[in-house]
Amino acid sequence: MKLLSTLSLAAALMAGTAFAAPVKVGMITTLSGGGAGLGMDTRDGFDLALKLAGDAASEITVVTEDDQQKPDVAVQIADKMIQSDNVDILTGIVWSNLAMAVVPAAVQQGKFYLSTNAGPSALAGAQCDPNYFSVSYQNDNFHEAAGQAAMDAGYKNVFIMAPNYPAGQDALTGFKRYYTGELAGEIYTQVGQTDYAGEIAQIRDSGADAVFFFLPGGMGISFIKQYAGSGVTTPLIGPAFSFSQDVLPAVGDAALGIRNTASWAPDLDNEANHKFVEAFKEEYGRIPSVYAAQAYDTANLILSAAAKADVTDADAFREALREADFDSVRGNFTFGPNQHPIQDLYVREVVKDADGVLTNKIVGVAIEDRGDAYAEQCSM
Amino acid sequence: MSRLALVNIAVLGLLIGGALVAHLTGHAFLVTLATKAAIFALAGVGLNFALGYGGLVSFGHAAFFGIGGYVTGILASHAMSGTPLTTLPYTMNGTNEMLAIWPMVLLVSGLAALAIGALSLRTSGVYFIMVTLAFAQMIYWFAIGWPAYGGEDGLSFYVRNTFPGVPTMRPLNYFLICTALLLLALGFTAVVMRARFGLALQAARRNTQRTVAVGIRPFGIRLTAFVISAMITGLAGSLYADLNRFVSPAMLNWHMSGEIMVFIILGGVGRLMGPVAGAVVFVTMEHLLGGITEYWQVLLGLVLLAIVLWAPGGIVGMLSGRGRDNAH
Amino acid sequence: MLIFEQLLNGLQYGMTLFLMAAGLTLVFGVMGLINLAHGSLYMIGAFACAVVAAATGSFWLGVAASLAAAAAAGALMELLVIRRLYRRDHLDQVLATFALILIFSEGTRWLFGSFPLYLTLPPSLSGTVTLPGGLVYPVFRFAVIVLGLAIAGGLFWLMRGTRLGIRIRAGEADREMIGALGVDISKLYTVVFALGAALAGLAGALVGAVQSVQVGMGEPVLILAFVVVVIGGIGSIGGALVSAILVGMTDSLGKALLPGMLAQVMPQAAANTLGASLASMSVYILMAVVLVWRPTGLFGARA
Repeated sequence: MKLLSTLSLAAALMAGTAFAAPVKVGMITTLSGGGAGLGMDTRDGFDLALKLAGDAASEITVVTEDDQQKPDVAVQIADKMIQSDNVDILTGIVWSNLAMAVVPAAVQQGKFYLSTNAGPSALAGAQCDPNYFSVSYQNDNFHEAAGQAAMDAGYKNVFIMAPNYPAGQDALTGFKRYYTGELAGEIYTQVGQTDYAGEIAQIRDSGADAVFFFLPGGMGISFIKQYAGSGVTTPLIGPAFSFSQDVLPAVGDAALGIRNTASWAPDLDNEANHKFVEAFKEEYGRIPSVYAAQAYDTANLILSAAAKADVTDADAFREALREADFDSVRGNFTFGPNQHPIQDLYVREVVKDADGVLTNKIVGVAIEDRGDAYAEQCSM
Repeated sequence: MSRLALVNIAVLGLLIGGALVAHLTGHAFLVTLATKAAIFALAGVGLNFALGYGGLVSFGHAAFFGIGGYVTGILASHAMSGTPLTTLPYTMNGTNEMLAIWPMVLLVSGLAALAIGALSLRTSGVYFIMVTLAFAQMIYWFAIGWPAYGGEDGLSFYVRNTFPGVPTMRPLNYFLICTALLLLALGFTAVVMRARFGLALQAARRNTQRTVAVGIRPFGIRLTAFVISAMITGLAGSLYADLNRFVSPAMLNWHMSGEIMVFIILGGVGRLMGPVAGAVVFVTMEHLLGGITEYWQVLLGLVLLAIVLWAPGGIVGMLSGRGRDNAH
Repeated sequence: MLIFEQLLNGLQYGMTLFLMAAGLTLVFGVMGLINLAHGSLYMIGAFACAVVAAATGSFWLGVAASLAAAAAAGALMELLVIRRLYRRDHLDQVLATFALILIFSEGTRWLFGSFPLYLTLPPSLSGTVTLPGGLVYPVFRFAVIVLGLAIAGGLFWLMRGTRLGIRIRAGEADREMIGALGVDISKLYTVVFALGAALAGLAGALVGAVQSVQVGMGEPVLILAFVVVVIGGIGSIGGALVSAILVGMTDSLGKALLPGMLAQVMPQAAANTLGASLASMSVYILMAVVLVWRPTGLFGARA
């Protein structure tokens, strides 16, 4: 009897590895134009995981297409991947507005969507779907962590700003969910704004003891440079997007010492992360960004599920995904009821590494085991 | 049959034949791509009405393309959620019937064009180009910051709107609907440009003073042309929204205005089939070059450059052997 | 105090816009050419400055490189493409220069990668000064104001006080006549175009030092530069200067004041978002109002 069960266990294990069914992944990400750096990190992180997996990844094929950071193009690529390429899983979109365009229709057609980055609140709450997993975060998370970090640092009067679009409005909401002190000011800037003299004047005038800002991409680069040259010394705090490895070299020393929040950093101390960061540097000659880390985790999640279930059996595959049975570079990682991560959020600080390259090191934990605020609106 | 007529037939044949072959060989995505080309062609036919025939170089037609899209998206999303758009002055409900949406799209984009046109037509030349851009940019920034319908995230409505007796989610069916509207718009343009109105519009483009001298007031004619032009482009926007089941401010961006203009110049300004040829070639190139290299936009740029330098009069002009100078 | 600083910011932003638009005014006004690739020349200037400054450690060598690179790119563009388009209508120029945007943008990405480049101000331009009244203001922003005025003055002098300017204006008025007088008009146009390109490159280098040097950085600049030139009246350098300041003031004061004003009549949260939206639209509302009121811009020739 005992022998029999051991045998069947062995058979089950073999079935898990040797007989993994083919999985076709469609990666839609930004590979041209000003946002291409984020898409490249996403693609490279994903590819690296498959490469390191070796034979275990032999049944996984990936088709990659450039969405040009345009939502309509992203939708058309998704249609193509579903209609012509017959992919099982879609992934890779960097931007929330593109995710909102693609995800609802894709999951409705029975495809899995695993988010490597964007985690808009609508998809975490009322519009959650059994086929949609966010492997990255819910959009509010990094801002919530910044709010908690502001509380922990003892700030009492914070000036907050973000671009005037939904992700920006979510950012300020997320910050205020954990930060309960006074607001010295609250402003929305123009999307794509390049000159922040006016905002800096308002900050100077406000008497704030800290500034929280969410300005991704080029906006953040411009703001931090101009802030550093303005003579205003009120400390900055923000989510990792303006301090990620893709923009940090361009900001330069102006970013040194600024605290920012994320679910990951290159120096996060766990075995999976050491392996990832070393291999990424080796393969691509640069330090990975948080986007690369999240894409790497996404690929490993797919590998873990493919080893347990056949993707054509959607229910079994979904169950396997929900288990999140992979070694995340972010350490402890599980899915909440709305299939968004429950993970630790860290405070990081911009430093120079041994080679003089700007990067982030972890200086503390902002929130442990954070899920998200929208899970209860999700009926699944 | 003239060479121009042959070229015209060939362009349409390529679009429709290509889609049919793609359907029969099971390439559903290529049908979708042909649908995109047909919709862009329709948007171009709209702009060509004002730009090609009337000499009104609008750099703001994305406004009407986007308005058409948003009217569609807003009506569809209200139909889906079952909430009325407004209860004042009377209750207005959403709808997911294309036949109910299109008249609304024509009405709203026409009204917008009436206001924008009436103000913009005070200017001419480069100033007209820029003032139309200004109005489009205003609407674009408004849409980005307007949270009710998604702001920059845009608005998803998941399911394509319905057309009586036709399952619209099937790619070929939807292609045929779009192509039918394209053909209607082409027929309409051809008829109008031969009628009194069209002749007066073209006369006003060539020589404003002489037109005034024979007692025609160009302002009214131009404004009418601008409004009709906007309505056609608005309809294209509605179809594009339905193609993607999604609208966003990207449809209102000046890039979109530029692209619609590029279809026309590429195909041939003031030629009936110009926008169709331009849109088909542009969409095809985008698709084919994208497969060659990550830096495919360099190749696209080089091809466009070659066409403008060596084929004045656009693709239709080149193929029909008539450059722009003797086109009219 | 805050309002004074915001006025200064408006002036400064206006001067930044004038720097971006100066080259375009020259090319657009003198040669009647719609150059959508103006923003690309701006980007080339910024990239040249960033690359050379990183290699040599000198910002000023970078600025020199930006002038040279943008002028060379401009001259090349004129010789290979633009000169075939003077006699064509505006639409062919739109298509050709649109194609050039695609080539320059993706070509730059191909050469320099997809990540933003590092460029920062030299010590002489960083830091702040304290104004009478205690206002602390960045040195760089003063430098922009001064440079903007200097370039405006330089362009005036060029057009009014030099032989080149006289020829340019004569060519503007009557192309055949000046050719008959023995002036090589095509060489003249190459020079003017390269000069306009160099100005765009200079703006890219300077403004790039406090912004993000990345592919696509030229596009918002392009639109704003056209707005400035058109509000001022095509071909008018003084008009462009006035219009740049007007646009800068509108934008800065709109952002600073609108949310507060709206908060008088609605909840603060709604006022913040609506105010920001209106501020984004304000520049274009200004342009529409000016053009509806004066259809050839503030200082344009009457039709």
